[in-house]
Amino acid sequence: MSTTTATHHDDHAHDSHGHPTGLMRWVKSTNHKDIGTMYLWFSFAMFLFAGAMAMGIRAELFQPGLQFVQPETFNQLTTLHGLIMIFGAIMPAFVGFANWQVPLMIGAPDMAFPRLNNMSFWLLIPAAILLIASIFVPGGAVAGGWTMYPPLSVQGGMSVDMSVFALHILGVSSIVGSINIITTIFNMRAPGMTLMKMPMFVWTWLITAYLLIAAMPVLAGALTMLITDRHFGTHFFNAAGGGDPVLFQHVFWFFGHPEVYIMILPAFGILSTIIPTFARKPLFGYASMVYATAAIAVLSFVVWAHHMFTTGMPVAGQLFFMYSTMLISVPTGVKVFNWLATMWKGSMTFETPMLFSIAVVFLFTIGGFSGLVCAILPVDIQLQDTYYVVAHFHYVLFSGAAMAIMGGVYYWLPKWTGHMYDEKLGKWHFWLTTIAFNVTFFPMHFTGLAGMPRRIPDYSQQFAEFNMISSLGAFALGLSQLLFLYVVIKCIRGGEKATNQVWEGAHGLEWTVASPAPFHTFETPPQVK
Amino acid sequence: MNLDDKKSVLSATNNRLAWKLSLIVLAGLLFAFAIAPLYDLLCKELGLNGRADSTMTASDKHMKIDKTRWVTVIFTGNTMPGLAWSFSPAQTSLRVHPGEITLTSYMAKNNGADSELGVAVPSVTPELAALYFKKIECFCFKQQTLKSGESKKMPVLFYVKPDLPADVNTVTLNYAFYNGVTSLGQAALTQAGETPIKVN
Ligand code: HEM
Ligand SMILES: [Cu+2]
Repeated sequence: MSTTTATHHDDHAHDSHGHPTGLMRWVKSTNHKDIGTMYLWFSFAMFLFAGAMAMGIRAELFQPGLQFVQPETFNQLTTLHGLIMIFGAIMPAFVGFANWQVPLMIGAPDMAFPRLNNMSFWLLIPAAILLIASIFVPGGAVAGGWTMYPPLSVQGGMSVDMSVFALHILGVSSIVGSINIITTIFNMRAPGMTLMKMPMFVWTWLITAYLLIAAMPVLAGALTMLITDRHFGTHFFNAAGGGDPVLFQHVFWFFGHPEVYIMILPAFGILSTIIPTFARKPLFGYASMVYATAAIAVLSFVVWAHHMFTTGMPVAGQLFFMYSTMLISVPTGVKVFNWLATMWKGSMTFETPMLFSIAVVFLFTIGGFSGLVCAILPVDIQLQDTYYVVAHFHYVLFSGAAMAIMGGVYYWLPKWTGHMYDEKLGKWHFWLTTIAFNVTFFPMHFTGLAGMPRRIPDYSQQFAEFNMISSLGAFALGLSQLLFLYVVIKCIRGGEKATNQVWEGAHGLEWTVASPAPFHTFETPPQVK
Repeated sequence: MNLDDKKSVLSATNNRLAWKLSLIVLAGLLFAFAIAPLYDLLCKELGLNGRADSTMTASDKHMKIDKTRWVTVIFTGNTMPGLAWSFSPAQTSLRVHPGEITLTSYMAKNNGADSELGVAVPSVTPELAALYFKKIECFCFKQQTLKSGESKKMPVLFYVKPDLPADVNTVTLNYAFYNGVTSLGQAALTQAGETPIKVN
């Protein structure tokens, strides 16, 4: 092998000599680390923006009656909060992790298609602008819920078109990004790294990327039909024209349920990386983790109608979707078991990333159980569209996906910046977040069971106490995230110098390179034994 | 093999894989559009969503009236935006025997200033009962015209098939009246198997 690092000839040779600086470094970047950083910052900005909307929602719900916003505005807030958190905050954050970590973990010099990678990121910007600008057009932003069910989405104003277009753009970005990730993982692993030696995070992203390329086009199809119904006289979803609004729900959730796993599988990957490090034991049941992830992915395509139990399906259909949904908790349970078994008799320490991981295992499991409750057909007929569902999906999405992301940021921040973050402040951020999260969302189980409907700006007197508690928790939760921002900036600016390995129990290729990780790594592939 | 060769071999294999993966994307897209016709077909065949063929079948000509059983039929109706009519059933419910051919009617009145065309779209719940609810005559088969201020009695001749599953005791028939001139109304009429009448 005649590899020399002195003359690196690249497909993207223009930026591989020296270190581009200034704004153009970012605009034209084809470097996986730069792009990963941009994804993460984009995601964080969207997280704060959509979080601010949530503060508006909770302010209105602080007391019964209408105080701050009119119902139309309230509906816009809930809709955009959902859309931006899902497509702007959670998904791009995971893509950011993939960009940073996948090449480092498999010993590749960069992603397979660096230019496409640049495009995938920059597509996010027009999409975000469209979504945010839609607030200011006549009629205001989309207000029919993030699921955009017709007939409201067929009747809505031009903000519907803008949002649909934004989602199309985001879809293209995700699909291109996923093809890039799959190709990188299959073709660019270091010699000796067989598939079954890949770090768990890489496995979860490989499977997530497959989910994305299979599910995103289905969303694109549904949205396109929505647009043709709106503007070109088709009647896919219009009962009068022989269409059916329920059809939209089928197509949407055929995408939508895989989508929720798209948002949790990479989080599982992060947990499976952090827990072994701080338990100082290898991941328990690696192979079963891989199979469980694959099983979840496959099953996620046959459970969609559990979101539609009250649309009037035939009983046989309802039963099928009830049982298939319950089945999915088996591989999920395998994962939780394996994390616990990894910690079992380990010599654990509780640095911030580990605290987040343990909290995620615990709280995500609560979300899994409330999911199981929702899966029980006769029960869900009561719970559908109540705050119980809101509690369920925040336990899996905030204390599952978002808190896993936070844990991952603390875990790899020293590798990214070369500095240790402030452990004390990190722990403060952890405890504030975890406590405030539970104060906010745990009472929603009760209000939901008592029958409080979701997406309503006003409510009956009997729910007042719990809602006030939820709102207070939410304000604390929102403020705590500013502390997160502060800790990250402080760490970028300086701090104790990080070693290459950073964590005593960390294993894997990414810990063999310097901290901060140099602009170019693994130009000469490492050998994996 | 030197580095440049290795790089170009890699980029060729990368491209090949990327194109293969694009096929999955294409399949997903085609699938999304295929769901619409598949769904229609499935609903028709299984009689879901009140989509069953609701006209009389030949074998029903000799059906027996099941005097041992009562079924309550509830009638509801509404008008959609764009049509200035009032519209409601003459009787809100009837008790019938399965197999018994019954006549009932709806009342419609045009409260607007202009003559208007309306199209009624029927639906039956529970969905499974749609297979067993048949109409021999119905104002929903044709476009209806009402002059300003005019009211009209609109008859429905229907029966419930004797083999209606035993656990169904109540069937609801609803009509949504659309403005027939709009594209929606035209499409509704085509859907009902009628040729839209020319408006002049
Ligand atoms: C054990 C696993 C799970 C089960 C059994 C489950 C079950 C369910 C069911 C039955 C519903 C519908 C409730 C209703 O609308 O009445 C639901 C809603 C939801 N689930 Fe899960 N779920 C699970 C895991 C997850 C995960 C991992 C996520 C995301 C990371 C997730 C995100 C959501 C979301 C966002 C909704 C609400 C969608 C909406 O209506 O806006 N779930 N879940
Ligand atoms: Cu689901």
